[in-house]
Amino acid sequence: MYKITNKQELNSAVTLMDIEAPFVAQKAQAGQFIILRVDEEGERIPLTVSGFDRENGTVRVVFQRVGATTEKLHSKKVGETISDFVGPLGRETKLDGLKKVCIVGGGVGCAIALPIAEKLTAMGCDVTSVIGFRSKELLIFEEEFRKASSRLFVMTDDGSYGRQGNVCVPLNEMFEQGERFDEVITIGPLVMMKFVVLATKPTGIPCTVSMNPIMIDGTGMCGGCRLTLTRNGERMTKFACVDGPDFNGYEVDFDEVMARSSIYRNFERHAYEEACNLFKKEVE
Amino acid sequence: MAVNMNPKANPMPCQPPKKRAHNFNEVASGYSEGTAKDEALRCLNCKNPPCVEGCPVNIRIPDFITQIREGNYESAYKIISESSSLPAICGRVCPQETQCESKCIRGKKGESVGIGRLERFVADVHNRNNPGSVYETVATGYTVAVVGSGPAGLTCAGDLAKMGHMVTVFEALHTAGGVLVYGIPEFRLPKAIVRREVENLKALGVEIQTNMVIGKTLTVDELFEMGYDAVFIASGAGLPNFMNIPGESLNGVYSANEYLTRSNLMKAYKKDSATPLMRGGKVGVVGGGNVAMDAARTALRLGAEKVFIIYRRSRDELPARREEVEHAEEEGIELLTLCSPTAIIGYQNPDDRRDPKNGFVIGMDCIKMQLGEPDERGRRRPIEIPDSHFRLDLDTVIMAIGTSPNPLIKNTTEGLDVNSRGGIIVEGEGGKTTKSGVFAGGDAVTGAATVISAMGAGKQAAKAIDEYLNSLDR
Repeated sequence: MYKITNKQELNSAVTLMDIEAPFVAQKAQAGQFIILRVDEEGERIPLTVSGFDRENGTVRVVFQRVGATTEKLHSKKVGETISDFVGPLGRETKLDGLKKVCIVGGGVGCAIALPIAEKLTAMGCDVTSVIGFRSKELLIFEEEFRKASSRLFVMTDDGSYGRQGNVCVPLNEMFEQGERFDEVITIGPLVMMKFVVLATKPTGIPCTVSMNPIMIDGTGMCGGCRLTLTRNGERMTKFACVDGPDFNGYEVDFDEVMARSSIYRNFERHAYEEACNLFKKEVE
Repeated sequence: MAVNMNPKANPMPCQPPKKRAHNFNEVASGYSEGTAKDEALRCLNCKNPPCVEGCPVNIRIPDFITQIREGNYESAYKIISESSSLPAICGRVCPQETQCESKCIRGKKGESVGIGRLERFVADVHNRNNPGSVYETVATGYTVAVVGSGPAGLTCAGDLAKMGHMVTVFEALHTAGGVLVYGIPEFRLPKAIVRREVENLKALGVEIQTNMVIGKTLTVDELFEMGYDAVFIASGAGLPNFMNIPGESLNGVYSANEYLTRSNLMKAYKKDSATPLMRGGKVGVVGGGNVAMDAARTALRLGAEKVFIIYRRSRDELPARREEVEHAEEEGIELLTLCSPTAIIGYQNPDDRRDPKNGFVIGMDCIKMQLGEPDERGRRRPIEIPDSHFRLDLDTVIMAIGTSPNPLIKNTTEGLDVNSRGGIIVEGEGGKTTKSGVFAGGDAVTGAATVISAMGAGKQAAKAIDEYLNSLDR
């Protein structure tokens, strides 16, 4: 059993938790992920680590309540436990030798982008961050990003905070002004990453994306997380859990990844409705 | 007692096909006491029993069968236990027809003795009557880390514990049992039996740590730093193979590993499970091994209206156990032999990019095959028959065409050599690897094989590890 030592509701949809898992905390690196199960009957869900405290043996995860499992996780209180927590899985984000980087985060993906920005800044790298949200109400980690970046652009879709527009707006402006980076690292919704890749492509700047597909074991066994890369004209299958979660954005078949991510849409909607009903009942 | 000269073995009582195709209860219900005694009387008690040679762990078969005749079931169990750590499992999933039973003298004129059925009978009687096993050991003070809790790991752990060594088993998933829990379905091997075997090991003092991915959470070198004196790697053959044909990433295409794991380990076979899995419709399973049979029969039980097995060679070359193939066909699964997939076809609405059906499987293109010259392993090579393409309408495709060893441990363990296929290189039967103090066995060494061969490897490794520990200068 793994104890929840800290819980914060970052906004109406996103929750932060620190969970006691000393072995995982000892090894975790920015960019890696964990798999957890809330209880004995639950699903296994992958979450990318958004921080770790090696001394206290805790790992930080930030998740958006999008389904039955995340809703159930959110209902847990500090001091309570979850049944399984395994990791760290996947490869860490490669940051060696980077001097000037643009980080583009979207929504809850910003929670994963933040430790990368912090690590880069600690390495002496110049970090420009672009973070985007649907609205002001969903904004997270603005102060933290400001500290970890030499420049910060905050975007909202509805203009309720920062500038109105998507993350590609300031990115394109920078590129048009001749601004160049050693790398663009983007983490967020699939469709956002797809467009960041498209925007970056004409500049020839390497663009890394972080994938979080459906998976079970996280060790390469199920193959559910497979995605297709095109490298030198050749299509190849990779497993996000062992070959990723970071990939060269120019190689990823985003349309396929997006189609695959929706395979259980109907099942999940149904399960989520049931979970919500359940929690409503508990509250009443 | 007079030998029973009936040329036919006592049949295994089974749930009727029409009924069992819709439930996950065990297909075979096992011999009654009377049937077991009657079958035991068919054994000739040969002086030089060929069946023992046919058994990968050399169980003293005529001796245990003699005990059944006398009604001494506990003595029979003890004899089996000398050689096999997991008799209730072996009695169910061993391919006896190609091992012990294939050598039985009775098989020359009629059917061989139902050795596997008798083994299962003995194990089930023991498990019903004995809530836990007591085993006295003298602690040696040595500690061994076993990586993986499948058949090789559990067997090795059990034997080492009986020798007095302290054993910790590290399992990557949340439940111990490896392929016995994620791969083999409930209707062929009830999970309660696996749980019981795991509990027996715990009673022997074996500690099991779940959620530990060796190669990630801890490395092999770190296990030595933590004080383990030896490490046994039994991590299995993890990575599913795909055919590299178009359409394999469409929604509705699964590896057999994923499909079976969702149903077995993640309990999608239960109606109220939180695990999503595509059910119903027409299902095509590609492959001809036991895993393909398991996947096909699982699909049927999950509500498929039609299940096909697509295999590129002929019926004679099917690697699955004959019994499994027969069971599958009785249940209504259609075998398409001499047939190979060339592409999986997905739905695409040309007028609506947002059609929710887009990207889901609607069929599979196949080509008919004929058998050519034998390959290096003696199996006749399948050759495509030109212009024989046809399309199968399908909603789900399950790829059951084998697995490759998982590279997580190799990639993080310096000095551990693997062969070109990724299997860990071992020297001799004991599974000694190229790294000092590290032993390996099961599918991690051989690639996908059987439960019993993995158990055999675990057994040999336990002996070799014991010798290694005793040679250590403390």
